[in-house]
Amino acid sequence: MTVVNDSDTPEQLEAFQARIDAGETIEPKDWMPAQYRKQLVRMISQHAHSEIVGMLPEGNWLTRAPSLRRKKILLAKIQDEGGHGLYLYCAAETLGVDRTELIDQLHAGKAKYSQIFNYPSLNWADIGVIGWLVDGAAIVNQTMLAKTSYGPYSRAMIRICKEENFHKKQGYELLAQMMEGTKDQQAMVQDAVNRWWWPSLMMFGPSDKDSPNSKVLLKWKVKRKTNDELRQRFINMTVPQANAIGVKLPDPDLQFDEKTKNWNFGEINWDEFWAVVKGHGPCNVERLEARRAAHDEGRWVREAAEAYAEKHSGIKKAA
Amino acid sequence: MSYDLDQQTQTALFQYLLRLADDRLILGHRLSEWCGHGPILEEDIALSNFALDFIGQAEALLRLAGEVEDKGRSEDDLAYKRDWQDYHCCQLVERPKGDFGFTMARQFFFDAYDFPMWEALTTSSFEPLAAIASKSVKEAKYHLRHSGEWVLRLGDGTKESHDRIQTSVDSLWRYTGELFETDAVHDHLFSQGIAICLSGIEKEWKEIVLPHLTRATLTPPSEEGMVMVSGTRYGAHSEHLGHLLTEMQVLPRAFPDAKW
Repeated sequence: MTVVNDSDTPEQLEAFQARIDAGETIEPKDWMPAQYRKQLVRMISQHAHSEIVGMLPEGNWLTRAPSLRRKKILLAKIQDEGGHGLYLYCAAETLGVDRTELIDQLHAGKAKYSQIFNYPSLNWADIGVIGWLVDGAAIVNQTMLAKTSYGPYSRAMIRICKEENFHKKQGYELLAQMMEGTKDQQAMVQDAVNRWWWPSLMMFGPSDKDSPNSKVLLKWKVKRKTNDELRQRFINMTVPQANAIGVKLPDPDLQFDEKTKNWNFGEINWDEFWAVVKGHGPCNVERLEARRAAHDEGRWVREAAEAYAEKHSGIKKAA
Repeated sequence: MSYDLDQQTQTALFQYLLRLADDRLILGHRLSEWCGHGPILEEDIALSNFALDFIGQAEALLRLAGEVEDKGRSEDDLAYKRDWQDYHCCQLVERPKGDFGFTMARQFFFDAYDFPMWEALTTSSFEPLAAIASKSVKEAKYHLRHSGEWVLRLGDGTKESHDRIQTSVDSLWRYTGELFETDAVHDHLFSQGIAICLSGIEKEWKEIVLPHLTRATLTPPSEEGMVMVSGTRYGAHSEHLGHLLTEMQVLPRAFPDAKW
């Protein structure tokens, strides 16, 4: 990967690196290397798209939530995800791209979003597991990103993390209650954990040795920890939580290492990861189709809102 | 909890609370179907928010209904373990969500009834209901403003949006009449100062809706020859309700012993 852009002089790059090394925050109007801007647009927009696409697997259970309280919690959670998408698109806009452009890239299949949302939500316990594992993994990543060197992204992360923590607790509480319930309910939880555990570990991205963007992102303090470090932190946090509610994590190699104080774990199926990232997961097609359909079916609504605003701003001017 | 009510009032009040609750539960369900599929992200969030308000209101009303009935039924029992025949929502809220214009026209018709109704119920002589009304009226005011704005934008936006929402206004009109239907249950509660005067609400509804449609360059359909839908409060539901409830109630029905 070329880090130095033709227009960025070595002096500029050096001064920028000095600011980063001094722990300064970079703000939208500050000079930044073209590559720094590009990497941030990529990360922030991927993150925004993930929030929006992530509304779909959870939305799948909204009309079947088994109690009014759970229905309200789920609605509020998905609504939060939409709100996170909004902040993040705004944060990306501070880098000179606009939301329409980013959304067009998503719909054209050119932009990525988290691979996790290409898995199906098949039983009600999936809703709890998404909160516990998926939001849980996101929190580990986002707590690190709250200290990122780019100001608007960092501030968005601080706000988002607070809400995600709440989602994680609600998800875990849903599962804890089901694990104290009937055999059927316990089986649902185990089934959901079996399906979501490995994809959740993949959320941290490829292993450090295969992560093409990591080196430069760490150098610029966009990221503060490597994918593997974050993954290990997540596993260490999660194993005791699984034990506490009596659910088994589907990895026979999980073992506590007294020396390192880490939970060692089995081999991740990276072929599956890359297949899903490249569009061959169980729900890639459905997710994109649902997003495109919402966008296409909403076109006449957006056009009407624009036409109305134009007409009425005209009336005001005339008056 | 039990309330000191004579039997006629208790029975009528239980029935009345179910009517209020069911309208909101079913409408909230319909709105929640938009979650993740809205025409713009801001509107996706707004519709989910409305759904949340309505389901929250339904929850409070069903809890109160259970207390009034005094047979130990919770809000979830009433939402998830009643068959369609025992639901008392109006057909307006049962209609499938349609396109965004249909959803907004329905919402506007409902909100124009909901806001004055809650406002009037804030002075209900049955205090727990007045308390729910005080909270709900603030939500209803905001809903009405929001759906009203969309009726203007779509009505007076492009030719396509105008035609689409006019079609929805025309097809929904016949479902608006039963919002104001009264019967012995209602009359009894009205005489007790618990329920409100529905003909008064109907008058307010027309005062809100008719000039607003004109502003939006829309016209209400002629009622000549139109057969207004009637009697849903007494069980004359559309086919749509059964499907909706089958979906909504699937887990508590399949696993009756489970707590969620």
